[in-house]
Amino acid sequence: MLRRLVKDFQGDVLAIPGRLIALIFFLLLFLLPLITQEPYTLRILIFANIFVIFAVSWDFLSGYTGQVNFGHALFFGVAAYTAAMLNKYIGLQPWATIPIGAIVAVGAGVLMCLPALRLRGPYLSLVTLAFPLILLGVVKAFPDVTGGEHGITGLTRLSESRITDYYISAVVMTISVFIMWKLTDARSALVRTGIILHAIREDEIAARASGINTIRYKLLAFAVGGFFAGIAGGLFAHFMRIAGPSTLDLMLSFQAIIWTVFGGIVSIYGAVVGVYFLYPLMEFLRVIPELRILIFAAIVIVILLFMPEGIAVWIRDKIERACPRCKLSNVWWRRTCRACGASLY
Amino acid sequence: MFQAFVIQVLVTGGVYALLAVGFSLIFGVARMINLAHTAFFMLAAYGMFFCSLQLGLDPISSIILSIVVTTLIAVASYKVFIDRIREHQVTVLLITIALAMVFQELMLLAFGAHFRAAPTLISGFWEIFGVRVTYQQLLSLGIVLVVLICVWAILLRTKLGIAIRATAQDAEIANLMGINVSRILLITMGIAAALAAISGVVVAPLWVVYPYMWLSPLVMVMAIVVLGGLGSIKGSVIGAFIIALVETLVVFLVPAGAFLKLAFALLAMVIILVVRPEGLFGVIFEEERL
Repeated sequence: MLRRLVKDFQGDVLAIPGRLIALIFFLLLFLLPLITQEPYTLRILIFANIFVIFAVSWDFLSGYTGQVNFGHALFFGVAAYTAAMLNKYIGLQPWATIPIGAIVAVGAGVLMCLPALRLRGPYLSLVTLAFPLILLGVVKAFPDVTGGEHGITGLTRLSESRITDYYISAVVMTISVFIMWKLTDARSALVRTGIILHAIREDEIAARASGINTIRYKLLAFAVGGFFAGIAGGLFAHFMRIAGPSTLDLMLSFQAIIWTVFGGIVSIYGAVVGVYFLYPLMEFLRVIPELRILIFAAIVIVILLFMPEGIAVWIRDKIERACPRCKLSNVWWRRTCRACGASLY
Repeated sequence: MFQAFVIQVLVTGGVYALLAVGFSLIFGVARMINLAHTAFFMLAAYGMFFCSLQLGLDPISSIILSIVVTTLIAVASYKVFIDRIREHQVTVLLITIALAMVFQELMLLAFGAHFRAAPTLISGFWEIFGVRVTYQQLLSLGIVLVVLICVWAILLRTKLGIAIRATAQDAEIANLMGINVSRILLITMGIAAALAAISGVVVAPLWVVYPYMWLSPLVMVMAIVVLGGLGSIKGSVIGAFIIALVETLVVFLVPAGAFLKLAFALLAMVIILVVRPEGLFGVIFEEERL
C-alpha cells in the first residue's frame, strides 16, 4: 500500500516538472513564516492568497466553460457585504459569516445564470458585466444600511495574530485550488465534470447531442465559481475589516481577467502564477506611485505580446513535452516517452 | 422642464450613438471587444482641451488635429499590439484593457487628475419655449447627425463599405474574393477610433474632461451595443437613444438618481436581453466553429 503510494507520487508528481514546481511552491508557502515574520510581507501574501482563490474561481467559471464573465466581482462583493452585515448587525463570527457569505454568493451566481443560460459569447460577457454595477448603484443609493461610499467598517478580525491569518488564508487557498483543479481535471477517473466542461467549451451543441445536460453543468460552474469567489470575498472583508464599494468595482472584475489571462487561461495554475507574479509586483511598484499603473500595464502588454497564451502555459510548454502516442507529460530533456518508449520528436 | 429633458436625451443619446456605432463596427468586423474604445474618446477630449486652451489654436484646427492624432494612435496601437495576437481572443481583450489603462495613466501624468473643460466653440443660446438651449448643444447634435449619415453612406454606398460588410459576414470568404482582410480590419479600426474621437471632441465642452472619463461611457456603450444587437448599426443608434432616455428619466425623476442611473440603464439592458437574447436588431450568427 505504502509502496504503491510512493510509486504514484514518483510517477505523477516527481516525473512531471510542472507538478514538482507546484509541490515546492506549496511547501515554501507553508514554511515561509519560519523564514520571515515581517507583517508587511505577510500582508501582501495574505492578499495574494485571497486573490488566488478569486482568480482561480474566475478561471473555473470562464476559462473552462467558455462563459467569459465580466462581472466576477459580483460574487466577491455580495459575499463581502453579506459577511460584513452578518458580523456587524447580528454579531456572527468569521467562521460562520464567511461560509454563509459564500452560499449567498452561490445564490447570486444562480440568479446571474438565469439570463446567462439564454445568451452566448460576447452577449453573456456584457450582461454579466451589468450585475455588480447594478448592485453597486443600489449600495450607493442606500447609505444607511450599506455605509455608502465608506462601506461597512470595524468588522471582527479574521484571527488574533497575523501569522494565524496567514495560515488560514494559505490553507483555504490550497484546499480551494485543489478542489477546483480536481473538478476541471479532464483525465480524472473520479469526477466527470472536467471532461464535460471541456466538451461544453469546445462545442456546446455537440455536447448536448451527446446527452449531456449542458444547462445543469453551466449552473454548476456558476455555483462553484460563485462559491469560491464568495469565500475570497468573505476572507477579504474580515482581513481588511471593511466591506466597501471597491469590492463590487468594475476594475476588480477586470483584475480577475488580467491575473488569469496573464498566467494562462484554462489551466488553474495559470491563475495562481498570475496572481503571485502580478500582485507583489504591483505592491513593489508603490515605490514609484505615479508610474505604478503605467508600468504594470506596460509589463502586461509586453509579456502577452510574446507569450499570448500566458506566462505559465509558455513555461510549461518549454519544460514539459507530451508524448505523441500516450499523451503522458515528460521532462523536456527526455528523448523517448517514460511510459511507452515512443520517440518524442 | 420637458424641453430641457428632450434636449438632454438627444445630446446624450447622440454621443452614445457615435461611440456605440464605432464599438459595434469593430466588433462586427474583427470579432473583438475593444475595451480601449472609450479611451480614444478620452484622448480626443484631452486633445481638444490641450490644443484649444494650452496651445491656443483656433477651434476648427484643434478639432481636426485631435481627431487625426487620436485615429493615428488607435491605428498604430492596433497594428503593433493587437494584429499579431488576433487569434487569441481573450488575450486581445486583456491587451485592450491594459492599453486603456496606459492611456489613462499617461493623461494623468500629463494633465493631472483635475476636472477640465474645453471652451465652447460658439457661445450664446436660443430660447425655445422658455428653455435655454445653448448653441453648443445644437452644434453637437448637428455634428452627430452628419457623422452618422456619413458612416451609413460609407457602409452602404461605397466599395469600401461593401468590403467591410463582407469581412464582417465571413472573413475567410471575403479573403477568397480578393479582399485584403487585414487592411480592411485596419481601416475599420481607424473608422471606429475616428468616431470615438469625434464624440470626444463633441463632448469636451459639454462634459468634464478627466482621466477616468472613459470608464462609465464604456459600460454604457457595451450596454447599448448588446441591447441593440451586436454588429448592427441601426440597433446601436436606437439602443443609444433608449439608454439615454432611461438614464435621463432616472436622473430627473428618482431621488438619488445620479447613483442609480447606471443601475437602471443596465437593468433595462438585462430585461430586453431576457426577452430577446440576440438584442433588438441582432442576427443570430451560425455557431462559429474556429
